[in-house]
Amino acid sequence: MSTRPSRGLMTSVALLAAAGDVGGDFFRERDSGSLPCQARPDEPFCFDWAKDNLDRFGTPTVQHLELVVISVVIGFAVAFALALFAHRRGWLRAPLLAATGVLYTIPSIAFFFLLLPVTGLGKDTAIIALAVYTLQIIYRNTMLGLDNVSSSVKDAARGMGLTDRQILWRVELPLATPEIIAGLRIAVVSTVAIATLAVFIGGGGLGTQIYGGGNLTFPTSIFISLAIVVVMALALDAILLAIQRLTTPWRRARTI
Amino acid sequence: MSAALLPLASFGGAIEFILEPQTSNVTGGKKVGGFEQAMELALKQLEVTALALAVALVIALPLGLYLGHRGKGEGVVIGFGNAGRALPELALIALVAALIGIGLVPVTLALAVLGIPPILTNAYVGVRQVDPAAVDAARGMGMSEMAIIRKVELPLAIATVMGGVRSATIAIVATATIAPLAGVVTLGDFIINASIYGEDGRLAGAILVALLALSLEGLLALLQRRLTSDGLKVKTA
Repeated sequence: MSTRPSRGLMTSVALLAAAGDVGGDFFRERDSGSLPCQARPDEPFCFDWAKDNLDRFGTPTVQHLELVVISVVIGFAVAFALALFAHRRGWLRAPLLAATGVLYTIPSIAFFFLLLPVTGLGKDTAIIALAVYTLQIIYRNTMLGLDNVSSSVKDAARGMGLTDRQILWRVELPLATPEIIAGLRIAVVSTVAIATLAVFIGGGGLGTQIYGGGNLTFPTSIFISLAIVVVMALALDAILLAIQRLTTPWRRARTI
Repeated sequence: MSAALLPLASFGGAIEFILEPQTSNVTGGKKVGGFEQAMELALKQLEVTALALAVALVIALPLGLYLGHRGKGEGVVIGFGNAGRALPELALIALVAALIGIGLVPVTLALAVLGIPPILTNAYVGVRQVDPAAVDAARGMGMSEMAIIRKVELPLAIATVMGGVRSATIAIVATATIAPLAGVVTLGDFIINASIYGEDGRLAGAILVALLALSLEGLLALLQRRLTSDGLKVKTA
């Protein structure tokens, strides 16, 4: 450890001391019951404030959904194309898995700022980084789905006179749909959570209601944002599950 | 031409920031950055990552292996794994700071919460995927249930188990980047407090965080290879 404390630590300590002062001296002398609850730091959730301010979450929620949907659509398009490519040319499998793995490992917040000199502040940078994050998940699941198609099914298709292209689109991909959608579900749910970090690069979204302004020390706003994020993740997950059920009727018939 | 080279200049500035302390315009002339401070923050990030991973492992690994061995609680374990993915790390760190407090202990616990779901789910799924015939054979040879978990199921499930550990590590080290919001000054301080460190500092932080995460992932990949029993290596080769 260095002898001089770093600036960030000093700021934090000063903030803590200030918070302690406020809580200890300022509010204790007054009747805290008469204050609106958002002014009381010990209040974990302020219903009055939530009731009056729910509309301020509208725009960030829409922005958040936009970030997630655009990122996952781009991520899916790229990862799906890469998977089909690797499926055709086997030698590409391992290098593509490694490359998407490296991109997946780089934390999104670092990726935002690595892109910054090239793409600047704003939601484009956030979308690129979030899309890149989903590549590995979608690529790996698509490959897994294609690998799981049994060779006897492919032989049967070939015996019926289907070309390689027809086998891919009419036999292999439909049979791989459950794994592909499983990958999409993981990608969507993770992206909904990670998109909160877009606030750091000026990309908007629900992160603005957690980190921006004085929100970081105001649990009510954080709790509401958290709830919206979780509900959004569950809703998008349910939609994808419904799509999977609709597109793979043979599985439904078998399981019932 | 010069516009195309601008990004390169930024990266040059960031590398200077990592190597040599720079003058900051808000610290009253005190220099920021440089190799010493970068190492200090990187070690802090490694420390909190290692602590959180250790807590997550101690809780989730035995529980996942045991539940997988008994074949119990599948819905709960899988559901927990999915719920963990939907948890926004920014909200988690912010809530911990606002409600529990700032410092190493609250942040370690918050990060451990992120690491538990992938380790638990993968340990469970890994053990469930082990061929029941192998378990029966071990039982027939007189192994105790504990010995079966330790000597048969865990080695056979090691790829899946380590997959969970690696996911957990990536999530924890990534989230440790925003730990300065809760008073633990990691490399993310360069990114979050750009007003102090400047744009070079911010980019330097991003480079260092990316390198740290990639090194950890590389280390764990090596560890996984060491932990995989020789018998299994022969089969896949």
